[in-house]
Amino acid sequence: MNKNSPTRTVTVRNPEGLHARPADLLVRMASNYQSNILIGRDGELVDCKSILSLLTLGAAQGTVLTVSAEGSDAEEALNAIEDLFEAGFDDKNEAPGTESALDS
Amino acid sequence: MVELQGIPVSPGVAIGPALVLDADGYRIPRTLIAADKAGEEYARLRSAVNAVAKQIEANRLETSAVAGDETGDIFSAQLQMLNDPRLNGELRRRITTDHHAAGYAVNRVLRNYALALRRLENPMLAERAEDVLDIEKQLLLQLGAVTEQPLTALTEPVVILSHNLSPSETANLDRRYVQGFCTEVGGSGGHTAIVAKGLELPAVVGVGTFLDSVVNGTRVIVDGDRGKIILDPDAITLASYKQRIEQSQTLSARLAELRDLPAETADGTRIRLSANIEFPHETGSCLERGADGIGLYRTEFLYLSSTEEPSEQDHYEAYSQVVNEMSGRPVVIRTLDLGADKMGHRPLAEQEYNPFLGLRSIRLSLRNLDLFRPQLRAILRAATHGDIRVMFPLITTIGELRQAKMLLTVVARDLKDEGIPHRADIPVGMMVEVPAAVVMLEHFVKEVDFLSIGTNDLAQYTLAVDRSNEYVADLYQSSDPAVLRLIRRGVDVADDWGRPLAVCGEMSSIPGRALLLVGLGVRNLSVPPLALSRIKKAIRSVSLSECQEIAERVMTLDSARDVDVYLLDRLGVLVPELVVT
Repeated sequence: MNKNSPTRTVTVRNPEGLHARPADLLVRMASNYQSNILIGRDGELVDCKSILSLLTLGAAQGTVLTVSAEGSDAEEALNAIEDLFEAGFDDKNEAPGTESALDS
Repeated sequence: MVELQGIPVSPGVAIGPALVLDADGYRIPRTLIAADKAGEEYARLRSAVNAVAKQIEANRLETSAVAGDETGDIFSAQLQMLNDPRLNGELRRRITTDHHAAGYAVNRVLRNYALALRRLENPMLAERAEDVLDIEKQLLLQLGAVTEQPLTALTEPVVILSHNLSPSETANLDRRYVQGFCTEVGGSGGHTAIVAKGLELPAVVGVGTFLDSVVNGTRVIVDGDRGKIILDPDAITLASYKQRIEQSQTLSARLAELRDLPAETADGTRIRLSANIEFPHETGSCLERGADGIGLYRTEFLYLSSTEEPSEQDHYEAYSQVVNEMSGRPVVIRTLDLGADKMGHRPLAEQEYNPFLGLRSIRLSLRNLDLFRPQLRAILRAATHGDIRVMFPLITTIGELRQAKMLLTVVARDLKDEGIPHRADIPVGMMVEVPAAVVMLEHFVKEVDFLSIGTNDLAQYTLAVDRSNEYVADLYQSSDPAVLRLIRRGVDVADDWGRPLAVCGEMSSIPGRALLLVGLGVRNLSVPPLALSRIKKAIRSVSLSECQEIAERVMTLDSARDVDVYLLDRLGVLVPELVVT
């Protein structure tokens, strides 16, 4: 990924960490975008569209992750992902930005 | 013919064709395909993936309908895993570039992911490894690389060869067909060993790596007396083992004649000889061999052998069955000894670095009252049917003992308030299996009705040896002089306070060591049903003074090895027919 690719920092807020259900939601969200998206701790970035890679990050509550995207819709993708983390993956409250992910 | 040495954990000889399992019940050999078949093989994988996807989707719909969307979503995540682009990229690379057979590629790639997940510190994520393995299994079934779990579909006698067998897997072995088993790992004191003895299955563990060289169907001899495995035996060896099976059948027929005779020394000292059981159905083999009672009922196997968590009623029914069938003979129920190598249905403790020093046994029960209470209620209820006594395991501090006794009182009061028939006055005992309890025994003994020494754990904690770790298995000896001194102290304290003391560890089931215990002053022994006749035979063949001489001499020795050599020598003189050659 290009050094100049847009990058954000997100924090895992939900108590159970990035376990199966949030990872599933995150992959669905990321898969809606053309961009190549990477996520992880410093130096350990994995494919955001691969649930197995996300799970192996072992990200517990409070973990700070870096997300970067490269492609035509990079900024939109990052916005959506940021919202998903902000909302703590709480789909029950219809957090902004998750509707499309859930419908996919 | 190949002969391998392991650790004998359950006596007897088994001969039969090998059934080789890997850790999860099947085994995928490294298989390569011709380069020009790679496209075809990849297409085969794709159609397997599609078929499994359909199954998972069907599971999701069905589960959601029954258990709600939250539960159904488990399958949604599984589907996501199955369609994972990284996973599929790697599978494609292995098949089209490395020319792996689809089954082998699936096995390698998914196992690696499962391993990575298991290594995570977070137990919740580590559990997702099970989902990955579930997908692996479904794909392998689709690809025809494995057939349904071989263990549940046996039709012919087999000898199981496996990397490892958990206590629950062992408990669920189909006794109609499984003749015996052998594992690469494991030690003599592990619970798998105890279950094997309970099931009377000849078993050898801790053989080391050898499965790679064994083909299914190879004739195997498991020598559970001497810890040997013989692959593809020659005609002479086979004939000599067949003869041994016959001889042991003759010996057990002769021992069976002792059934109605009491376990007393030649000069009339009565020893109470009881049995250790894991399952209610074992009472039959205890009575057949004339047991004086059940000295140790390991109730946690109620958890390990069923697929659902047992209810109070399940406990009650199991205990009632045991006490009814033992008609009047005492039954000592040990409360749940879960944790460490015996886990139930839920992850009760997060990953522990030293599980045997961790949240196990009484510690775990006292922290999980929703587990402990139903058991205590069931014990008090079943006590209306006969002589039931309750025993708390792994007591280390006086506080634990008091807490457990307090809970028993509370539970009794609840039952009274609810008007449910029960008995509140049953004898309460504790296991003496932590050195701290031996050291402080004067304080414990005042607060219990009886004591029972568990030599397996006592040896493990005294000698600082993990009893299920094959690397240090040779250090684990209940005949170690340090352990013997603790036992002698236990006997002295119990005598001073007039409390009955039993020894219920595996130690009592070895004839020479049993005689030593009698010589040390132990008057209650509890052994696996299979060992009842042998121990009774040993006791009836000696006088008390002979046992006391053995004890006196043994207490001057300074190593387990010297103790065992001496005991074997005495046994050879006093009860030669029990010496295994």
